Amino acid sequence: MDFGYLVAAICFVVALKGLSGPKTARTGNLIGAAGAVLAVILVLTGEHIEHRAAILVTIALGAVAGVLSARRVAMTAMPQLVALFNGVGGGAAAIVAAVELGSVHGRGPLVAALFTLVVGSVSFSGSAVTFAKLQELMTSRPVLFPGGPLVFGALIAVDVAACVVGYRVQDNGPVELLAAVIVLLSLVVGILFVLPVGGADVPIVISLLNAFTGLTVAASGYVLGNTLLIVAGTLVGASGTILTRMMAAAMGRSVASILFGAFKGGSTAGSQAVSERPVRSAHAEDVAVLLGYARKVVIVPGYGLAVAQAQHTIHEMVEALEARGVEVLYGIHPVAGRMPGHMNVLLAEASVPYHQLKEMDEANSELPSTDVALVVGANDVVNPAAKTSPGSPIYGMPILSVDEARAVVFLKRSMRPGFAGIENELLYSPKTTLLFGDAKDSLTQVLQALKSL
Amino acid sequence: MSEGMALLTIFVLAVFVGFEVISKVSAVLHTPLMSGANAIHGVILVGAILVTGQSDGTAQLVLGLVAVLLATLNMVGGFVVTDRMLEMFGRGRRPAPRPPDDTGRGT
Repeated sequence: MDFGYLVAAICFVVALKGLSGPKTARTGNLIGAAGAVLAVILVLTGEHIEHRAAILVTIALGAVAGVLSARRVAMTAMPQLVALFNGVGGGAAAIVAAVELGSVHGRGPLVAALFTLVVGSVSFSGSAVTFAKLQELMTSRPVLFPGGPLVFGALIAVDVAACVVGYRVQDNGPVELLAAVIVLLSLVVGILFVLPVGGADVPIVISLLNAFTGLTVAASGYVLGNTLLIVAGTLVGASGTILTRMMAAAMGRSVASILFGAFKGGSTAGSQAVSERPVRSAHAEDVAVLLGYARKVVIVPGYGLAVAQAQHTIHEMVEALEARGVEVLYGIHPVAGRMPGHMNVLLAEASVPYHQLKEMDEANSELPSTDVALVVGANDVVNPAAKTSPGSPIYGMPILSVDEARAVVFLKRSMRPGFAGIENELLYSPKTTLLFGDAKDSLTQVLQALKSL
Repeated sequence: MSEGMALLTIFVLAVFVGFEVISKVSAVLHTPLMSGANAIHGVILVGAILVTGQSDGTAQLVLGLVAVLLATLNMVGGFVVTDRMLEMFGRGRRPAPRPPDDTGRGT
């Protein structure tokens, strides 16, 4: 039994190690899944478990729902789904702690149970808010209200106080009532925790909540005296923390500024006003001429490309350009799309050859010798404000320097600012041409025009 | 060593393993790594099964079964969605005309 748990724990370590390398990632994930299945079989056969039938039916239901949602979700909606899965995990941990709260013995397990109750609930409601933001059920902009930080701080204080009371009265008090109060307070804390975070930073918060859930799983392992839960939860908590910092670094931000930056005002809020300054907009034919007679073109794809499902169209257009002898590369920003690495998944889905995908540094060394930089549905990741204006919320974020190319073409739906809500000076530059419209329609028109060139 | 101390030792050692195992990861793999780690904490299913199997009264049983459902969703959905992402990386890579060792650079 315990030996089996050890094997499962080793599987999880190997899985995380595998997932951090491109060649071993898929195998790593499968090893993790095997470890998880082994653990479930062990607990169902080895421990004293009643209600086996009901448990098995519930697992079957959950598994069917999990597989269906994971298989059916559009690649563009992937970040929301990860947030959702993370939230339900936190919820499950909180429930486990709530049920155990009445029967734990000793100070350590009691503290661990209270911790799980609080952090699991925070993870659940926080993930729900990130889901709503990414699914655009609510605004993806930071939500602020006067006194927000005060209310947030006060709620945490009350929540901790409730936990202290719970700790004191444990055996001879109204445990159920206290547990309900703590859960309720923590759910509100989770919501207030995520509301002020701006759209572009949401994935980093998901990663942080993921680490939180890991820690709650570890704590519930302590409550239940189960070593596997301790090891698995701690692994996720620790690696999730590192991953959160790496993601933040890829955006040139610190985790603290992402979480609390909006409170200081001005942060990811930016300006929502659309300026009246003139821009140069063009027809698809003009863009086709520009691209068709270039020697080197660098394409910068963004989330707008994915939303329009234009991955396949752009791949066709690139083939048409290559047939004319134009050298074409894709410059992929690490956070293009809505999550780090999201754009690579989307382009891989459209069978874009891997060797055309250039990482940011490589793409930046190509851009000064590029004739046309074609920006499709991206904005923040090419915004020079990140380099030039220290006051800007995205200042310091590494960007693709498309302004160094000889000409820049933006395919945009409108003049609306990007996910981070900041205006892009490059749109008004004399070397910039804009083609308005849905990315897929625009690319189809450009492709038609290219063929008749 | 008391049982509590033994569990604490396991916890502390696991923290270090968790830090060490993720050393340097290309940004491209951030999303699948997050998603995979997310699936691993779905192992809370083990805890949910224990609580349900030793539950006391209908309320605890129902709560436990809800936890089992949520945890299964986390675990199964998490591993499947991660595999789906990584499968696409594989597909995009194969038609590349470059030698396969080129793929090891972390992109």
